[in-house]
Formats: sequence, C-alpha cells, structure tokens
Amino acid sequence: MKLVNSYEFLEKLNNLIYSLLELRDSIRDEGGEVIPIREAVPLVRYGFISMFKGGVIMDVTNEEQAGIAEDAGAVGVMVLDKLPYDVRMAGGVARTADLNVILKVMESITIPVSAKCRIGHTEEARLLERIGVDLIDESEVLTPVDEKNHISKWDFKVPFVNGARDLPEALRRICEGASMIRTKGEPGTGNVAEAVRHMKFVSRDIATLRGYFISGDYEAVWYYSKENKVPYELALLTSKLGRLPVVNFAAGGIATPADAALMMWLGSDGVFVGSGIFKSQDPENRARAIVLATSFYDDPETVVEAQRMVSEKVAMMGIDLRTLKPEQLMQVRGG
Amino acid sequence: MVRIGVLSLQGDFLEHIEILREMGVEPVVIKNVADLKGIDGLIIPGGESTTIGSLVMMRRLERPIKELADSGTPIMGVCAGAVLLAKKVIDRVVGETSQVRLGLMDMTVIRNAFGRQVNSFMTELEVEGVGRVRAAFIRAPAIVETWGSARMIAYVNHLRLGRFGAAALQDSILAISFHPEITSERKVYNFFLSMIKK
Repeated sequence: MKLVNSYEFLEKLNNLIYSLLELRDSIRDEGGEVIPIREAVPLVRYGFISMFKGGVIMDVTNEEQAGIAEDAGAVGVMVLDKLPYDVRMAGGVARTADLNVILKVMESITIPVSAKCRIGHTEEARLLERIGVDLIDESEVLTPVDEKNHISKWDFKVPFVNGARDLPEALRRICEGASMIRTKGEPGTGNVAEAVRHMKFVSRDIATLRGYFISGDYEAVWYYSKENKVPYELALLTSKLGRLPVVNFAAGGIATPADAALMMWLGSDGVFVGSGIFKSQDPENRARAIVLATSFYDDPETVVEAQRMVSEKVAMMGIDLRTLKPEQLMQVRGG
Repeated sequence: MVRIGVLSLQGDFLEHIEILREMGVEPVVIKNVADLKGIDGLIIPGGESTTIGSLVMMRRLERPIKELADSGTPIMGVCAGAVLLAKKVIDRVVGETSQVRLGLMDMTVIRNAFGRQVNSFMTELEVEGVGRVRAAFIRAPAIVETWGSARMIAYVNHLRLGRFGAAALQDSILAISFHPEITSERKVYNFFLSMIKK
C-alpha cells in the first residue's frame, strides 16, 4: 500500500462519517431516536437457519429450475454448476457455480439463495459472500482444495452449512463456525441409505451423551470429547440439550416423498434434495410432493397423498452404492 | 390453562412452543383444520412465507383461520407470519408478488426490505404497549403502509435505509416483522396474551 492510498482511504472514511452524521441528524429532526444496528451477528445467523426448519432446500442449476422450486414451496435453493449426479458422471474438478448464474437466480426469486464452495476454498466463499448469497455450503460434492482444514467460518458474516457423517464431525464443524449441519449421505446416487446411516450415527451419540448428563457422569462427557477430538463445551452442550446444538438437515440421496418423511422421522429438521428432483421426469410434482411430505411426515395419510403425486416410473434411476469404488465416494472428503 | 395454537407447517414454530411452555401457557400444534378447535389465540411463526402460504392452501386452512379472526380470537404473525397477514405484499427485488396470503390486515409489507441475509441485524426498539425490546430482524419484511383500523405500534430506524414500520395492530390481530422468539422477549408474548378476552 502506498501513502496516497491511505489518503484516499481517510477521505472516504471522512465522507462516510459525515454522511452517517447527516443521516442521524435528519432522523433526529423527524423526532426519531437513533439506535445502534448490529448486522449479521451470530444470533441472526442461527436465527436465519432456524427459519428453514420443516422445509426443503432444492439444488438448481439455473433460474428456470429456481422458479419451479419456489413455486413448489421450497424454503430455499442451492445453486450448482452441475447436479451432484452429473458431477459424478462428468468427473474432473467440480468448482463453485458461475457467479452470473447465481446472481440471475438471486434476482428472479424471493426465497433465500445458497451456493456451494469447495472445502477449504476461502476465496470462493469470500466471492459468494460478496455477491450476497444467503447461505454457503462448504461441500464435499465439489472437489476439496484442502484435505486437512476447513474454512474458518467465524470470519464470515454469511452463515455456513457443513456435511457430517457422525456427531464428532458435526461438532468440529460447529466449532469452526458452521451455523447449520447436514448429513453427508452419498450425494448424487438417489440412494438414501447413507443419509440414514449418518443420521442414526448422530442420534445414537447424542443419546449416549444425554445418558451421561442425566446420570451426572461428566467424566464420561470429558472422555468422549477427548476420544473424538471435539471441544468439551460443545459435547457438554449437546448432552444438556439432547439434540444437535444447531439445525440439522438430511442430505444425500433423497429422491421421493417417502425418503424425505423417513429422514424427518429419524430426527432431521428438514431436507436438502439434490439430484432427486431435477434428475426425475416429473420435477414440478415431485418438488411439491416432497415439500408436503416433509411438513406432514408424521401424518401417514398426507405422506400417502404426497407419494401418490409422483410415479416411481419417472424417478431418477439412482446408483447402487456397491458399484462405487472407494475413491468415488464423496462422503469421505473432509473429516 | 390458556391454550395458544402455533401454526406448525414450516419455520421456527419450535421456538414459539418452547417459550409458551416456559411461560405456563399450553401450546397447541396446528397442522390441520381440526386442530384449531378450542384455542384462545394463534401464532403464525417465521419461516418462508411462500412455503407456509402454499401449505396453508393445500391443507385448506385459509378460511378457518379467517373465521377464527372474525370471531375475535387474537392472532400474532411474526416475520413470514406478518407477510401472510398483509393485504398487499411487495418484494424488494422481484416487485409485487401473487403469493398466497391470508390478507387479514389492512397493511402493505415489503418482503426482504432490509436486504439479504448478510444485512440481517439486531437492534433495540420501543413497541407501544409493550416497552423496549431486543429485536432480531432476519431477512425481515417492513410494514410500509397501514389503513382502515390497522395502525403502526413500532418503528425501526435503520441508519442506511431510514425509518420503517416494525409492528402493527388491527383490533385483535398483531403483525411483527422481527423475532421475539429468537431473543426470548417475553414482553411481546405477555402483550399478545393480554389481548385474549377473559
């Protein structure tokens, strides 16, 4: 930085202060009271995520799909360059979506717009924050740039969601500043089996910790945190609360209304649907049906109604997990 | 015991249920028309107004909720709930929307009036009849106009954007654009409970 740059900076700062003072005075003249506004503090980040509960966030690749998702009652969309299934088929390096596409989607719908960045790619995250994305998914669907470290998410104003396969992984992500967790599942397979496995792992660990708390065995909570490399405070908080300390969605392989309802029964707060909708032949109906089944998962009649809105004949084909080679698994990226 | 219904189709209904329980009020989960029977008040929580609206329509809850309002049962709409209560809804980016709404209050709201999520904020403000409260505005709507028997009871002064309506009251219907459940602001709930006719 040159000295003259600091002059420019100071001039801007000066202008900024004067414009703020003028605004304050004009509000005072109108009889208003001036109060501080604190933008994007953690409480409004967690609070924002809390509004997603009981809803469906849908993967989209363009504004037409985003419009379909909004009309179907999605609580948000996730903009990708390729749907997870296509990422799998295409191979190569998967990166964050085209910023122009994300901006177009942001201009065309009223619901929150999320986008994915690569694990550890702080700069992609900065770009997404800069253009005003509402939520960033630091996702294993894209090719990780840092196998050892995730982004330090406390440094951002925008909330983050991270994938997890079990409770320790979830708590580590929360410790790094994630405002929301989702199961990893096995993305782009149309097979919900892995999401079920991950959700049950999380629930069982929570039940164990809860048991320690109820029986007053804090030493066991301490031992759990040491064994699993998670901060003691977060393990203790989870044991007190009896659930994950942040909102927890299901993701990875959800393709039908019944899949969504199943994940809700297992304790998800809501669901992400990736390839399941726009890789099927009936995206409009399927999107609407999954929204209905997620909200009314505990009402069998309504889930039947939702399931009848879709046909298995036009569902996405799906991939048998046993045919995948270990190196093709996405869930093992970033631990 | 007072029974307050919480519309639990989508959104942060859990937070409302937890705070009501803490205050010694019986929360009632409302998902179907039959659940509305015998409640003393109804809270429509925050969430996505388009999602809640389309589920309200799919479950045919629109008319029963209107009848509830006509019978004088107090209704509180928070954030997305306030959007659903408004007669006229405009989105800051997309413009006038045709989204499903209950249209029970004579007011115009602008959705996402303060910007996107990075512009969500905390502040303090004065609500008429309630007092000073901590307020979380999350992708919040702003109430820009009231007519008929509706009137503003709180304003927020935003340094960049100016002064907007933050709460409005019409007979026994209350619309709030911030989230009292996120800041555990019991004063707002006490005000709402006081609207129930003994």
